[in-house]
Amino acid sequence: MEKYAVYVPRLVKKRENFAPGHRACIGCGEALAVRLAFKALDNNVIVANATGCMEIVASQIPNSSWHLPWIHTLFENAAAVASGIEAAYKAMRRKGMDVPNNVKVVAIGGDGATSDIGLQAISGALERGHDFTYICFDNEAYMNTGIQRSSATPFGAVTTTSPAGKKSFGQFTWKKNMPEIAAAHNIPYVATACHSYPFDLMEKVKKAVNTPGPAYVHVLSVCPTGWRSATDTVIRLGRLAVETGIFPLYEVENGQYKMSIDLPKLKPIQSYLKGQGRFRHLSDDLIAQIQERVKLEYEKLLGKAKNGNKRTKRNR
Amino acid sequence: MTTRVGIEVSIAIADAVKLCNPDVVAAYPITPQTHIVEHLAELVADGELDAEYIPVESEHSAMSACLGSAASGARTFTATASQGLALMNEVVYVAAPMRLPIVMAVANRALSAPLSIWCDHSDMMSVRDTGWIQIIGENGQQLVDNIICAFRIAEDKRVLLPVMVHLDGFNLTHVIEPIAFPEQEEVDKFLKRTPYPLPLNPDKPVAMGEFAPPFIFTESKWAHEMAIVNSKKVIKEVWNEYNKKFGRQYTPVEKHHSDGAKVVLMTMGAVGETASVAVDEMVAEGQSVGQIRLRLWRPFPFEELRESVKDTDILIVLDRAISYGGPGGPVASEVKSAFYDQEKRPKIVSIVGGLGGRDITVAGFKDLINKGIKIARTGSKNEYEIYGVRE
Repeated sequence: MEKYAVYVPRLVKKRENFAPGHRACIGCGEALAVRLAFKALDNNVIVANATGCMEIVASQIPNSSWHLPWIHTLFENAAAVASGIEAAYKAMRRKGMDVPNNVKVVAIGGDGATSDIGLQAISGALERGHDFTYICFDNEAYMNTGIQRSSATPFGAVTTTSPAGKKSFGQFTWKKNMPEIAAAHNIPYVATACHSYPFDLMEKVKKAVNTPGPAYVHVLSVCPTGWRSATDTVIRLGRLAVETGIFPLYEVENGQYKMSIDLPKLKPIQSYLKGQGRFRHLSDDLIAQIQERVKLEYEKLLGKAKNGNKRTKRNR
Repeated sequence: MTTRVGIEVSIAIADAVKLCNPDVVAAYPITPQTHIVEHLAELVADGELDAEYIPVESEHSAMSACLGSAASGARTFTATASQGLALMNEVVYVAAPMRLPIVMAVANRALSAPLSIWCDHSDMMSVRDTGWIQIIGENGQQLVDNIICAFRIAEDKRVLLPVMVHLDGFNLTHVIEPIAFPEQEEVDKFLKRTPYPLPLNPDKPVAMGEFAPPFIFTESKWAHEMAIVNSKKVIKEVWNEYNKKFGRQYTPVEKHHSDGAKVVLMTMGAVGETASVAVDEMVAEGQSVGQIRLRLWRPFPFEELRESVKDTDILIVLDRAISYGGPGGPVASEVKSAFYDQEKRPKIVSIVGGLGGRDITVAGFKDLINKGIKIARTGSKNEYEIYGVRE
């Protein structure tokens, strides 16, 4: 791992596809994740962006942070727009029209655009087998509109529409498992990633984009504004989400599960929860409940990885 | 000289689309549009049409895929109807201000509830203000011709707007008519490829669909309005050229015995042909009756409309949609506003009829015209009349 960290940065291109100067909040994990994801790619990429934080902070007539061809139309349709772009290029190339070769299409959206309002369009695009990549930058609530709960908001978290009160402890549903939903489409590549593991994130995005057919990458993106956490703990929180097993990093390549990081022992979830205002109100009982669920889900995943790919252990 | 063939209008529309050589067709099936997209899928499957057919999972995604396709510079077609148009409404609004030259056929059908698969124009009215150019066909030949013209108009550099071609569900989609098709080479000449000015292309990155703060929003809306207002000139130019090449002339307002007629009936869509028979019979009986048919719904042809009824005393407007609690049929209220400031103007009578597939027969049209004349002369306590309703 140490050698990896020393050498890999030298392999990373200097070019930024997502330029500075945008209006993201201080310490925005999502802007960092977007920057890393697109830094991993060449400039032969067309981006279809769903409405949300990244669309708002990086665009405003007449400015843009994007050095790539970029289109935003609506909230729930980025995957469908990407389908149209991919089909258009396929047809135009086949018909001998004057268009560049090897154009890659990447659709991006937040957790609301992905696991709530845009789920149908994503499912459709994945099922139809378009050669494109969908990246969900998941900050676990509708942050752009003021921290409302989504189906990706974790159990117990306080948002403006899942407030804690005398009769509520905040979000009372468990986080929707979007990567598993994507994997259930039997697409060639699914991965989870986090900006706190930058090279892992970049490698996965590169792999996803270069995989023929549909690919899905789910990126946990720490949001200090919405999570009520300190802006200097963004990277640490991302690491803790992984180390506690709350957000495991893994790949599903042609149905084969593979854990990305060896975690001999999961850290207790308190280490992750305590730095975040959205979990401040949680009772010991609720924390125990979450701990149990995290353990269960993590073991379920490990089981799949073990059965799915015997080589994982040898490789590590 | 081309020969006429007997063919179902939906199949004919798909064949016309094929003649236009689109690159992408994205569509979701809905009655009564199905035969159009089924035949397009067949043409692609048989290799007769070299296009990507995207069988999307909803109309919302159909239009969204069309946005992506047209933004990439591909010639793009879709078709829908009724609930499908309602579901894609949000996306329909996006296509025009983004200046994406998509062509869409709409097989007009009533909107729920109650559910009805039959024709009226409530779906058409729901997209009135989306900023699309909207052409209405009355028979299969007009539709075939106007599908070809629609691509030409949409892609003209002076226009760059999406075009909707409306046809009545069932009354047109499912009937067999004699239709003449232009030759492929002729269509290729008429419909030359003009590259989309700034497509999504990695060689020259552009940002499309950014948000607009108040300092620029009004200007962007005005630019769109100017584009659609100015498109009328191009539409007429294209129609004139089409007539020169293929011998069939289209105009924004088509006249039928209307010059000098004291009473004129205005129709949209397939009922216009039944109405024409009624008008012909009334003319033969010596009555001063005529008809105008609205071919261009957006941009609204104010001048042509005013000119076409300049000698008219009574203008009866038939709407196949209701604007609930409003001033009358949606088309009639626009026609009224078009004449309000005029020195000389006809009495305008709004009649709503033919909802959800209810037929209006030739005798019915005579009755409707006579009712309209009576209302114009004696007045009515209602803002509009609903024809043939059982109260």
